[in-house]
Amino acid sequence: MTATATPALGRTAGPAAGNALAGTGRLVRFALRRDRVRIPVWLAALTLGSVWPAAAFPELYPTEAARRTAMATMNSPAGLAFTGPQRYLSDYHYGSMVSHQLLGFVVVFVGIMSVLLVTRHTRAEEETGRAELVRAAPVGRHAQLAAALILAVAVNAALAILLALGMGALGLEGTTWQGSLLYGAAHAATGVTFAGVAAVTVQLTAHSRGASGMGFAVVGAAYLVRAAGDSADSALSWASPIGWAQQTFPYLDDRWWPLLLNLAAAAVLAAAGFALSLRRDLGAGLRAARRGRPAASRLLATPLGFALRLHRGMLIGFAVGALLLGASYGPFLGDIEEMFRDIQVLQDALAALGGATVIDSFIAMVTTIFTLVATVHVVITALRPRSEETAGRAEPVLATGLSRTRWLASHLAVALAGGPVMLLLSGLALAATGAPTVAETGLFGKAVAAAAVHIPALWVTAGLAVALVGWLPRATVLAWLFVGYVGVTGYLGMLLRLPSWATALSPFSHVPRLPVEDFTWTPLLALTAIAAALIALGLYGFRRRDLETK
Amino acid sequence: MTAAIATSGLVKTFGATRALDGLDLTVNAGEVHGFLGPNGAGKSTTIRILLGILRADAGSVTVLGGDPWADAVALHRRIAYVPGDVELWPNLTGGEAIDLLGSLRGGLNRRRRDELIERFDLDPSKKGRTYSKGNRQKVAIVAALASDAELLLLDEPTAGLDPLMEVVFQEVIREVKAAGRTVLLSSHILAQVEKLADRISIIRQGRIVQSGTLAEMRHLTRTTVEADTATPVTGLDRLPGVHDAEVSGTRVRFAVDGAHLDGAIKHLTAFGIRALTSHPPTLEELMLRHYGDDLAAGNGTAAARR
Ligand SMILES: Nc1ncnc2c1ncn2[C@@H]1O[C@H](COP(=O)(O)OP(=O)(O)OP(=O)(O)O)[C@@H](O)[C@H]1O
Ligand SMILES: [Mg+2]
Repeated sequence: MTATATPALGRTAGPAAGNALAGTGRLVRFALRRDRVRIPVWLAALTLGSVWPAAAFPELYPTEAARRTAMATMNSPAGLAFTGPQRYLSDYHYGSMVSHQLLGFVVVFVGIMSVLLVTRHTRAEEETGRAELVRAAPVGRHAQLAAALILAVAVNAALAILLALGMGALGLEGTTWQGSLLYGAAHAATGVTFAGVAAVTVQLTAHSRGASGMGFAVVGAAYLVRAAGDSADSALSWASPIGWAQQTFPYLDDRWWPLLLNLAAAAVLAAAGFALSLRRDLGAGLRAARRGRPAASRLLATPLGFALRLHRGMLIGFAVGALLLGASYGPFLGDIEEMFRDIQVLQDALAALGGATVIDSFIAMVTTIFTLVATVHVVITALRPRSEETAGRAEPVLATGLSRTRWLASHLAVALAGGPVMLLLSGLALAATGAPTVAETGLFGKAVAAAAVHIPALWVTAGLAVALVGWLPRATVLAWLFVGYVGVTGYLGMLLRLPSWATALSPFSHVPRLPVEDFTWTPLLALTAIAAALIALGLYGFRRRDLETK
Repeated sequence: MTAAIATSGLVKTFGATRALDGLDLTVNAGEVHGFLGPNGAGKSTTIRILLGILRADAGSVTVLGGDPWADAVALHRRIAYVPGDVELWPNLTGGEAIDLLGSLRGGLNRRRRDELIERFDLDPSKKGRTYSKGNRQKVAIVAALASDAELLLLDEPTAGLDPLMEVVFQEVIREVKAAGRTVLLSSHILAQVEKLADRISIIRQGRIVQSGTLAEMRHLTRTTVEADTATPVTGLDRLPGVHDAEVSGTRVRFAVDGAHLDGAIKHLTAFGIRALTSHPPTLEELMLRHYGDDLAAGNGTAAARR
């Protein structure tokens, strides 16, 4: 009798770590099942987003001369800020071109995916109260975070394999299987680092939005730090996980060891996450929630004021980010002007392009980046009504005298105004920090105009999101695929000339690229009309469908 | 009397689930109407259709003389709602949520708001998730009751309230009723509905299986009688409408259909009644007859069922 009891006792009194992780395996399987659509979509999008443009390289740069020109354009602070370390230029074959131009960019999306994965299976579960149900089962206190991290590692490993296979199968001149493996691994290792970042951010705040927002901010900062480091060819690049990935030089040096930095950082961050989780309660942030006003302000009590209040955190966060982003590119303006003054060939090339100055094309280029950030804000904001709905918070609000149309429209108004504000803030910050470094006058006008022309395309994005909320509420994730598409085509379009069929679906591809191109009304009016139609469609659809209730 | 709510033949399906299956519900203006049913019977679905949050697949609905789907906004100004599952905004305090919902409805009575916060002993300066379940519920209750809405749709409003708070809630509902407002109160808490409701509808599997005043319902059901008599009672079994008679010495216990109560008591008096207690059917018994198919199947009370 005692003999049967002992092993059971031995198990329960076993090492604490084993207990704390009890149930991890089942949770991983459960998470895989929950994400059986989401994960393959991410993997497919990221693999395609990397391999598809790579496949276009031979067509874009068919000759040695074309590659030389590309190399010369990239060899500037601005070019390097957008791509990667200068060392890649030392032998600019297709392999090093792919690593140089795509790695640093695609890795940002890998980071976003990893942050979202970890947040979704940890903090979001706590926020909805589902974690409590799970933890009430024989599941250890660290099991949920451990499962989320294992999931993130597995997904990133799968991505590494897919990328390696994709690049290997392409067999571009200058690529090797060895290099392709490293190319995939560099993405994965960076993704794992950002999963570690999320393991920490989910401990800090009680809200999943806040946790993923902080995670994205770290991804963004990592990109900016490497951009600054690479543009000046300084050691600053080594302060960024994205920088480490790029320092592997796939297809060039095939150096694996910088990825150890990524993995070590991931391990340290994950350990910090586990440690922090012991210092807080389930469902709570590190800091106890503060009390607030016992009554509503007059502003809050209006539909728009209410929407603004819900979006306040995002608005502030994005505004700060937009300003920093703009300000981080401004100081390059001076360098660029100086550098290009000496390179006659490039001046001629630019003149042939319609007499644009280097500064003008730089402004057009960075505005594309600003637009991406604004697009993300627009989609987050325009999809918020959907998450209010699924959380069961829309129901009591829509049971009041507030009509569905007005409710949705107030959130939409924040999206329609907020995106443009972010865009203009970046433009202004670019001009403000750039103005002291260049002789050029009218920089403010140019930067603001370059940003402002993209506003109708932002509205189309908002319209698309709202149309999804109205008609395909379960498929709002399509809005994010759209952001990915706009991002990939926009970013790559900046570096290489993509075929027009590939970019046609992006509203941003139809915007005149001020100040390089001339201003025209037609596309802007057309985009505004499309946006209006999508918005009307979305509002109509939302009025005629069932509200999803809890 | 006009009907505040009238539905007929209401059908709502969710994919393969038929949540409402020809629901006929009438709530008269000025009454407190109990809406009883087991889990998944369709109470919340009905209330959401009454609010125009869901759209019925078939049947007709009139709420305060309007169509809840088409006239949602106009009607909502006259309706207050407490959802079954109260979710608050994590970054808004309870006080802010109350004011927000009130002002979106078209204004709330400030004095009444403060009074209710006081009576429900609610701290309005805490933020969404930091409230306990019962306190979240109170936020929604105060928001609904502080309005001057004509019609209150309350979906299990007291699930999670402690007994003291439930007493407060009952007081407030009585005041609401005295003010001539209409209340639809869904619940599985039978005692609560019993105390407050003028009329009751019982829903099961998406249909109203019974509707009426408590007295009417009791008439259709059995009263349990226990008595102590001078001499042992005989001949009970031969009386119409008497069931489950148990006699042990001078003590007797039986159940009798409402219509035959008089005859049964007269029969008892012949044996010299020393003590008599009778229990009207509790709502549990009422509900059991509709839910426990096997219970109801054995004894001939088909009259109560449809
Ligand atoms: N959105 C939905 N999708 C699918 N089925 C649903 C949905 N909403 C309700 N149902 C189903 O409709 C039926 C009625 O549900 P409803 O929520 O109205 O019950 P209820 O009487 O309020 O129950 P409870 O007492 O548990 O709150 C149930 O079978 C439920 O599973
Ligand atoms: Mg319910």
